Amino acid sequence: MAALRSRVSAYGLLLPGAFWLIVFFVVPLYFLGRLSLDTNELTYYKFNWHWQNYSDALSLYDTQFVRSFIYSGLATLICLLLAYPLAYAIAFKAGRWRHALLLAVVAPFFTTYLIRTISWVTILSAESPVVEVLEFLHIVNNGRLLATAPAVVAGLVYNYLPFMVLPIYASLERLDTRLMEAAKDLYANAATTFFKVTLPLSAPGVVAGTLLTFIPATGDYVNAEFLGGPGNQMIGNVIQSLYLKQQEYPAAAALSFVLMAIILVVVLIYIRFAGSEALMGEEGMAR
Amino acid sequence: MSASASAPSRAWHWLREHAVLIIGVLVVIYLLVPIAVIFFFSFNNPSGRYNFTWVGFTLSHWENVFGIPELNEALWTSIKLALLATVISTVIGTMMALALVRHQFFGRRAANFLIVIPMATPEIVMGSSLLSFFLILGNPALGFNTLLIAHIMFCISFVVVVVRSRLIGFDRHLEEAAKDLGASPFTTFRLVTLPLIMPGIFGAAMLAFALSIDDFVISNFNSGTTVTFPLYIFGAFQRGVPVEVNCIAMILFGVTVLAMVATTLQQRRAEKMASVRPDQEEEIPIVVSTVGAA
Repeated sequence: MAALRSRVSAYGLLLPGAFWLIVFFVVPLYFLGRLSLDTNELTYYKFNWHWQNYSDALSLYDTQFVRSFIYSGLATLICLLLAYPLAYAIAFKAGRWRHALLLAVVAPFFTTYLIRTISWVTILSAESPVVEVLEFLHIVNNGRLLATAPAVVAGLVYNYLPFMVLPIYASLERLDTRLMEAAKDLYANAATTFFKVTLPLSAPGVVAGTLLTFIPATGDYVNAEFLGGPGNQMIGNVIQSLYLKQQEYPAAAALSFVLMAIILVVVLIYIRFAGSEALMGEEGMAR
Repeated sequence: MSASASAPSRAWHWLREHAVLIIGVLVVIYLLVPIAVIFFFSFNNPSGRYNFTWVGFTLSHWENVFGIPELNEALWTSIKLALLATVISTVIGTMMALALVRHQFFGRRAANFLIVIPMATPEIVMGSSLLSFFLILGNPALGFNTLLIAHIMFCISFVVVVVRSRLIGFDRHLEEAAKDLGASPFTTFRLVTLPLIMPGIFGAAMLAFALSIDDFVISNFNSGTTVTFPLYIFGAFQRGVPVEVNCIAMILFGVTVLAMVATTLQQRRAEKMASVRPDQEEEIPIVVSTVGAA
């Protein structure tokens, strides 16, 4: 009796949220797929399994697709290289500055995403001290950083870096430091300890961080819009413009669907490759 | 390399000892520089429409912060939208979290999956699929209502995750004690459970508010002619973003920092009062809650 009542109240508690997520997340995905198979009849759209939308869209925008994955892959890699030392420093070296550093990591979230990205336009504009220094060092030659691929990647790195730092920090922070001491007692040097003990134990954080960075970065179009030029458009820019400016809905839906499918495949391969612990990264954080 | 430049007078082995920390601090500086730029350029007096190069100091934009009607309207829309989305998604999400942690039922795994999958979907896919949905439903009145639907949708998962983490570290003995003392299930919930998970709910609500007020991509697809604060900035980018936007961004920044500090203090006090767990446990919700906040 008590078990039955528990089950009934469980469904009652679950119902509103499940309803909302099914009606406004799952069902729209079905409609996205459906719209991608419509034909454009000038005044209306007609559903008739028009698979050609896919081949047309892909052959037209394959460069933007490839570019998106290159940019977001690069950004994810750079984020990892920057985030790991920072997370490690916060977890083990910061002492009483730990909370201040954590606050600094999340501080960018307190200002609007778009304004942060726009402030990179200021930082990278030709008159800024940063560009002058880079020019002096002959890293940049014609005084132009804006509207280039490095600018877009730098923007992506900046915007998604906290998503990499926080999960890595969370898994490092829970790490049993006695294991590192044990490695030292067994005469492992600092590098061996790191690669054989610390890094494997923080793998769930690394996997969660790379996913949290890679997935949104691939679909991003704000950085390419503000910091890139016409030659740096990512697939997000194409989807946005097809939907909202050209109103080429079937083609845009097809691109959106393919983007989701590719990301899903990449993520599944990555999780398989990184081990089943990967999925626990996100789940584990909640526990 | 750059590490030595930041501390030239210190000994070499001090550098080696603190190399990780120095790199960490440099990365933090990298994270904070754009915020400093936003701050300084809120005092700029640009010669043209574009606020990208420093011209001269002025306070006039701070004096005129709320002097642009369209900007005010967009900001007000964003705040209304975020408040509504926060209240609704926090209630719905907390209920879901309670169901998932407290009850055994058929379909738990499916429910968990339903909650995780929106967090792993690119925003542009969510935005475009929701727009497709509204388009196929007929002539959709895109605007505040569709924005609200979308914002509640993407906030729910984050609320569930944050509240659930709080519920898992929960001492069930306290509820049993209440029952032993003759409290009804509802009284127990109201007087014991709710106050104890309140910091989690509050943290979840803050996260939902932050997600909603900062959302651009999904809103971009489903706003119709309604303009939110981020949409205003996006629209203004080509013709030049007014300096007042920087001032408002800094005000929002200040308010959020204050709210963050207040929550941390309040959470600590609640911890002390309930002494549920030592601080180890309580740190993770803050981290999780901030993971998705952009």
